[in-house]
Parts: sequence; C-alpha cells; structure tokens
Amino acid sequence: MNYNVNEKGYYGEFGGAYIPEMLYPNVEELRQNYLKIMAEPSFKEEFDQLLKDYVGRPSPLYLAKRLSEKYNTKIYLKREDLNHTGAHKINNTIGQILMAKRLGKTRIIAETGAGQHGVATATVCALMGLECIVYMGEIDIARQAPNVARMKMLGATVVPALSGSRTLKDATNEAIRDWINNPVDTHYIIGSAIGPHPYPDMVTRFQSVISEEIKWQLKEHEGRENPDYVVACIGGGSNAAGTYYHFLHEEDVNIISVEAAGLGIDSGESAATSVLGKEGIIHGCKTLLMQTNDGQITEPYSISAGLDYPGVGPMHSHLSKTGRAQFMSITDADAMKAGLELCKLEGIIPAIETAHALAIFEHKTFKPDDIVVVSLSGRGDKDLNTYIDYFKL
Amino acid sequence: MNRINKKLKENKKLLSIYFTAGYPNLNDTVSIIQDLEKNGVDMIEIGLPFSDPLADGPTIQKSSTQALKNGMTTKVLFDQLKDIRKTVEIPLIIMGYFNPMLQYGVEDFCKKCQEIGIDGLIIPDLPVDVYHDDYKATFEKYGLINVFLITPQTSDERIRFIDSVSNGFIYMVSTASVTGSQSGFGEEQTDYFKRISDMNLKNPQIIGFGISDNKTFSQATKYAKGAIIGSAFIKHLNNNGKSTINKFVHSILN
Ligand SMILES: Cc1ncc(COP(=O)(O)O)c(C=O)c1O
Repeated sequence: MNYNVNEKGYYGEFGGAYIPEMLYPNVEELRQNYLKIMAEPSFKEEFDQLLKDYVGRPSPLYLAKRLSEKYNTKIYLKREDLNHTGAHKINNTIGQILMAKRLGKTRIIAETGAGQHGVATATVCALMGLECIVYMGEIDIARQAPNVARMKMLGATVVPALSGSRTLKDATNEAIRDWINNPVDTHYIIGSAIGPHPYPDMVTRFQSVISEEIKWQLKEHEGRENPDYVVACIGGGSNAAGTYYHFLHEEDVNIISVEAAGLGIDSGESAATSVLGKEGIIHGCKTLLMQTNDGQITEPYSISAGLDYPGVGPMHSHLSKTGRAQFMSITDADAMKAGLELCKLEGIIPAIETAHALAIFEHKTFKPDDIVVVSLSGRGDKDLNTYIDYFKL
Repeated sequence: MNRINKKLKENKKLLSIYFTAGYPNLNDTVSIIQDLEKNGVDMIEIGLPFSDPLADGPTIQKSSTQALKNGMTTKVLFDQLKDIRKTVEIPLIIMGYFNPMLQYGVEDFCKKCQEIGIDGLIIPDLPVDVYHDDYKATFEKYGLINVFLITPQTSDERIRFIDSVSNGFIYMVSTASVTGSQSGFGEEQTDYFKRISDMNLKNPQIIGFGISDNKTFSQATKYAKGAIIGSAFIKHLNNNGKSTINKFVHSILN
C-alpha cells in the first residue's frame, strides 16, 4: 500500500484539485514547480539554515519520565512547542515563504484558526519583508486574542472572516476568495495538510523534518529508529503528517491520530471528522468532511480553535480508510484535564490542540516497554485565557 | 437539439440571469423563473445554494445562506422544478458547487435534470480535467451541456482545450475576481474580450461577473454572444422585492 500522494495528486481516492478555474494558473504553477524548487540545493540550504538558526531545530525528543511512570509506558515528547513562535506551524511557513520568493510572489495571504499559523506566517513575512494578510474567523479572534496582537506587532493585517461559523473553515474560504481576486502577485500559505494538490503534499514535506529528526534522536536514546507508536492531534493534519511521514511505510510503527470530540461525538458539538464525516469536497480537495445529507458543510465544534475544522487532510482520510492509522476522539473535558496534567507532571504547558493527543493515555493502555512518541505540537501560552476560564484559575 | 444550442443560434445578444434558488423565500423559485422569461430574459441560471461558495462574493454568499436557512435542498429544488417545462421554454441551467451534486449522486443528479428539462450545468469547482476524465460520459448520456469558465489568466492553450471539451458556450469571467466585485469595465477587460473574440473558438462566449447595468451589458455583448447578471439581480431582489423584476430586466435591455 502506498500512503504518499500519487502523480495525479491523490492519496487512494482522496485528494485532487477541485478548484474554480480562477485558481488554476496559481495552483498549476505551484504543482509544476514545487518538487523542482524543493530539490534545488540552494533551497535546501536556505531552508535547513533557517530551521536551525531561526526556528531552533532540531527540537528535542524528550523522555517524559513522570508521565511515563504514571501511565506505565515509555513516552517521548517531540518538542515542537519549543520552536520559534511556539508550534510546528513555522516549519511549513519557512518552507512556503522560500517557495513564494522563488515563484516571484510579493504578497502573502494565510488563514488561521488558533492563530499559530497566522503568527508563523506573519513572522516569516517580517523576516522576508513581504506584505502579509491573515484571515481569521471572528470567533477565533475573540478566543485567541494574544495571537491576534502578535500578528499585528509583526506587521500583518488581520482580516476577520464574518461568514458562516466565523471560524477556521470560513477564514479559509476568505483566503481562497482573496487569492481569486489577486491572481498574479499573491501566494497563499495554507497552514495545514489540506487544500488542492499540491498543498497537502507540499505541507507534509515541509513538516516531515519532525519525523526525520525523531528517527535519529530515538536512535540516540534507544538504539532504534522506530518507536512502537507515533501519536498526534489532527486539525487539518499537518503536525500529524510531519510526525508520521518517515514511518508511514514502516509496518512496526503504529499510528494514532487524535481528533477533537468537542462535547462528545453524538452531542452535535464535535469536530471528529473520521467518525462523523463522509467523503466530499472541501477547500479544493476530496476528503472526509462533516456535512449534511444534502452536502452542505456543517459547522464543527471544539474548545481548541486549531482542531475546529470540519475536514481532515486527504492523507489522513486515506490513513483512516485503509486502517493504517487508528483514530481516537477526545472531548474538551478530557483534553483540558490532560493539558493540566502535563503542566503538573512535566512542567510543560501544552497548547489545547496538543492536549488532545496527550489525553489518549487515559483511554488506551500501552505495554510497559512500548515506546510512544507524542507530537507536542505547540505550547499553551496562546490558550491561557481558555485555561483560566475553564479551571477558574 | 438542446435548448441552449438553439438559443445560441438566434441572431441576437443574449441576456442570462442568475438567481439563488430559495431566495428571498423558499417558494419563489418558479415565479422568478416565469417572470424573468416573461420579461425577455434569454436564459436562466438557477443557483443551487451551497454553504461554502468559494467563488462568490458577499451578495451571493448572503443569498445562499438565506436560501439554506429557508430550507432549500437539492431535493426541494428538483421538486419545485418538476413541472417547470409546462410553463417555461427558455434554457435553464443549474449553477452550483460540486459537493451537493456528489452527495446526491452525480448520475442521479444528471438523470433528474434531464427528467425536469434542465439543459445544462455550471459547476465552478469541477475542473475541466476531472470532468473530461470522470463525468463527461454521464453528462452527455443525459443530454446536459456543461459550461466551463475562463478568466483573463487562462492560457490560450487551456482555452483551446476547454473549447474542445465544451459543447454549448464558454463562460468568460470578466476579471480575476469573485462574483459581484466590480463596477464598469476598463481597457484591460476590453482588451481581454477582444483577444478571446479573435481566437475564433468553436463555442460562443458569454461574459459574466461584474455585469450590472445597461452600460456593462452593452460593453460585454459588443465582443461576446451574451452576458450574465448575478449579484446585481440578487441586490435588486433584496432591495425591491420580486414585484419589479420587469423594471430590472428592462433597465438592462433598455
Ligand atoms: C499547537 C497546534 N497543534 C495542532 C494544530 C492543528 O493543526 P494540524 O492538524 O495542521 O497540525 C494547531 C493548529 O492551529 C496548533 O496550533
């Protein structure tokens, strides 16, 4: 079984580029050039250099002793939270800004949910001196205020998305409309492994540095490259795609993907796409998505803005459908509890997105000698208000 | 012969009007179609509303949201239209995004269109390549004309390909933009209109996006077979209600 994208842009039956003709020239230009550009020695050199000196990579692979003790298994945390700007998102934005420059683009647009991708995009735009416009749902602007301020300080214009559920899905719609309206000078930096081909593959490749590092780091720690499990939370699926990439075809590595159950799978307030979704088309790709019988996209819910998305990237739909990945869904309550637990046990305040991945240990028992690598996708600074409100701190 | 092809043979410039089915009220669909025909419109695009209309500006977005709130669905629309051919003769096209069609079942959707007497489809997010490989045979089996968009950025080579796959008309998007976002055409647009006109394509072209009044209609139809009005008509419905559709159409055609 092949879990990578094929030459037509599909993962099994998922993926493709279902885009209006207005977007065709831009997406086609990217499709024809992205692999070529990524293979250029000068691109690689600049990318690696920035990841090292600017982002602070490699990010540590940390053996979480007290957490491991509590759950009687061996848990490693891949510390993407220690990256510059506080999450894995910057791996992708560094890659895409270098891509945009080589394509001669001068204006950058992005969508954001939690604001992490918006901050990561604003950051690289400041670094390169490019104009930056970030679309963000009105609701997310309210619940992620510190990140909105960060983007503004970094010189970006934050435009509220006022349509639909006023969250990530709608911010993405607005960004796509902006790209339709500005077809010549603009590059759209999508923030997850979603969108029309080649975006899911391009974003995955930029994030694949995560699993590349896990391999040699685990070898140093344990004398072996492959863990028994890799675990990641899934919004659109970029930190997960990066964490899995070099293990996809390693049969001894189990994959666990963690979705947001919101108030519960059957509550009507959920974002657990693999359970609640059906095959359909969202934001230019065929994938699993939450929708009505009539094909209208439904509004998801999660306490975490970064997981509040009605679809998953096409790679993850394929991993779900083929059974390569086990999908689990975690409620708001369980995620919040796991987030606080990591603070107390390890002195690490995780993003609420990430806390979903940490919550699986309450629901699944691992063997004492299992090695479980969890993608610690981001830090919780941006979520302090939510933590404060939730725990009445 | 398909009604669209017959209409395209008429020796006149064509006015096509888009409206969102189920807007302003759920059951306005049939009466709006009848009114538009009675007042001299040549062709109608019936918008099947979608929750996430990527290629549309605020006006059509809002009408779609309202139509969905009113209870419009694919089944409801087909139900409303089941006797439409008893009273209406002009070509009818359904314009909608691909996901609702996919969920209905593409073949069932096409079959239903044929039963009702729908002549064609415009699906902005179904790219010509995917259509050509996966759906062309089905559309043709049910006698449906699929209409593709081109924009000022579309390469000549791709325009030729789209022309070869098309069997009705080509929908020329006037500017690189979502629907409803501009007023008036400048030199850049007229140059583009001329360029396409000079390509001598086998399919006639109809220009849409940014046509809002008699002036833009005349400018567009100087170079093309016809023009499509969408957002401006929705705005008219919103501001003046359905009772003055005649005034709107006459203000365009003079
Ligand atoms: C810290 C963190 N983790 C995870 C996600 C989810 O995105 P993805 O599934 O693309 O990794 C986000 C999105 O904003 C995030 O900020």
